[in-house]
Order: sequence, then structure tokens, then C-alpha cells
Amino acid sequence: MRLLTHNMLSSNIKGVINGFPLLIQAERVVEKQVDFNPDFLKNMFSKIDWKALADASKTMGYDELPDEVPDPSVLDSQEFLQKFHHALLELHLEEGALVCPETGRRFPVNKGIPNMLLHEDEV
Amino acid sequence: MKLKQLESLLGNLQQFDNPKIELEQYPTGAHIASRMLYTAENSFGDVSNKVVADFGCGCGTLGLAATLLDAEHVIGLDVDDESLEIASINAEDLEVEMGLIQCEIKNLRWQGQIVDTVVMNPPFGTRKKGADMEFLSTALKVASQAVYSLHKTTTREHIKRAALRDYGASSAELRYDLPKQYKFHKKKDVDIAVDLWRFVPKPKHESSS
Repeated sequence: MRLLTHNMLSSNIKGVINGFPLLIQAERVVEKQVDFNPDFLKNMFSKIDWKALADASKTMGYDELPDEVPDPSVLDSQEFLQKFHHALLELHLEEGALVCPETGRRFPVNKGIPNMLLHEDEV
Repeated sequence: MKLKQLESLLGNLQQFDNPKIELEQYPTGAHIASRMLYTAENSFGDVSNKVVADFGCGCGTLGLAATLLDAEHVIGLDVDDESLEIASINAEDLEVEMGLIQCEIKNLRWQGQIVDTVVMNPPFGTRKKGADMEFLSTALKVASQAVYSLHKTTTREHIKRAALRDYGASSAELRYDLPKQYKFHKKKDVDIAVDLWRFVPKPKHESSS
């Protein structure tokens, strides 16, 4: 699971108000190279939750992103875009779990696929 | 990529071994899937460099078609782990990246407006009444640009009314890029005629859906 996917997922348990971002428990992280697409990154920059991405990438062992939302002028820097690219699209949570920030409920991630199915009493 | 080439690549994908009737797991044929995504890309620019979600992805045909047409990030969502396993094998065979999530579409909570386009071949609601409408309603909440979906021709008026009145679509148009009565082979001698729709969601302002 890429961190771009993580940036969209929210805990979906009934009654949970602040289900985003899900905390990451990383057991295995893999890196898969993909083509660098600066225009896509510039477009995504305004759409994603920066803090969630920076925290998630740190948990996954990649500590190169600033903690706070950077000024959009950084988008002119190739070096910044490369790091953003790597964190957003190349880091994959292969094994581990996503944890609801409000209830602590674990959603397991196996073979890169998060299982977000709810139990009957959570719907 | 040419349409013929796309269709041929999709035609080689592995499909359900044992389709689950209760989930209405009909494979999405290579013919219909290639035309659906080809239209989305070539007539509307809704695929390349975009974030695309495939709702009820099954073996991944539509989502994989999106990756082949250069979507930047594709996610397939399905409730069934066996389908997701096949989708994952299909992605490996094509040497493309498709993210997969196991979930029920109706229970999905999505943050932000990251997804541009939703593509789907939803359950037609023949086994579970309203399943098709749950998919459509969620898709229109998640997509910021367009939703492409297949629905039974017999539900045409209902789909249009619900999309525009209840689910926040600003437009709902039929695409005639398919043969007029596209047949879904359900059983040997029972076919279902389907429509290909393109819905455009109204612009959203909230930060979450």
C-alpha cells in the first residue's frame, strides 16, 4: 500500500469522528521505483494532508520530509519533488496494520492489502 | 496504446475461478472494459496522470485498464479476498502497480478529494436490491472529476433520476461507445443489456466525504 492510498483512508467504524489519519504499524516496508512525474506531484501537493504523509513516511523509516506543510515555493525544487515522489508513491506498507486513532482498532495489512472490513457491531 | 492492443491485454487476464453468486461476480469482458476506459481517456482525459479508483474491482480488469492507459495511481476495492488475490496476480503479470483495499463500498470513509475518476462494473442489484445504487452514491462522493459505470438498461430512468436528484451528480449521460445492446453473459442463454454511463459530480467543498 502506497502512502498516497494511506492519505485517503479514514477509519470507517460507526461513531468514530476523527478517524484520520490511520496510524501505521510497519512490519515490512518495500520500495518500488516508479517514473517521476513532477506535474502529478504538484497537483497532489495541494490535495493531500501533508502532516499525515510526513508522519506516515517517518513511521516507515523515511525521515526526509519536513514535519510542517512546506511553502508551495518548494515545488520548484527538484530535490524536494524527488523526496515527495519517493514518500508518496514508492514506499509501500507490505505487512503490518493501520490503527484507528480514536478506538485503537487494528486493520491488518497483508501482502500490501489493507483489510478495512468491519465487524457487525462496527457498522 | 491502441484500443485493439488494450483489449487484447485485458483478454489475457485471469478471471474468477468460482464466481460468487451472492456478490454478483460477473467478469467484466475485455471488449467492454477496453471501450469504457478508452472513452474515458480519449474523449475526456479522465485517466492518464489521474488517480483512479475501481469500485468492486473483482479481478481488476477496469483498474488494470486504467494503469495501462497511464493513470498515475490506481486503487481497486473489493469485499472479496479471493478476487483481490487474482487482481494482484493480474497486476503482476502485466507488470503494473495497482493498489488494492478490502472493504465494503458502502462503508467506505474517504478523506479529501484525491480521487479524480471512479470506474466500476457494480453489482446490478439483482441479488441484493439497491447494491448498484450504494456503489453509485459512494462513487459520486469520492470522485472529483467523473464516474464511469455500467448499469442495467432496464433501470435507465431510475439511475438518471437518483444520480441527479439524490447523489449530487451535475450531469448523467449515456455513452454509446458500446454496441447498443451489450450483452452480459450471465447464464448460457440469459443476457443482460447494459448502459455505459458517465456521471460528473458537483464540485465539493468539504474536506472529507
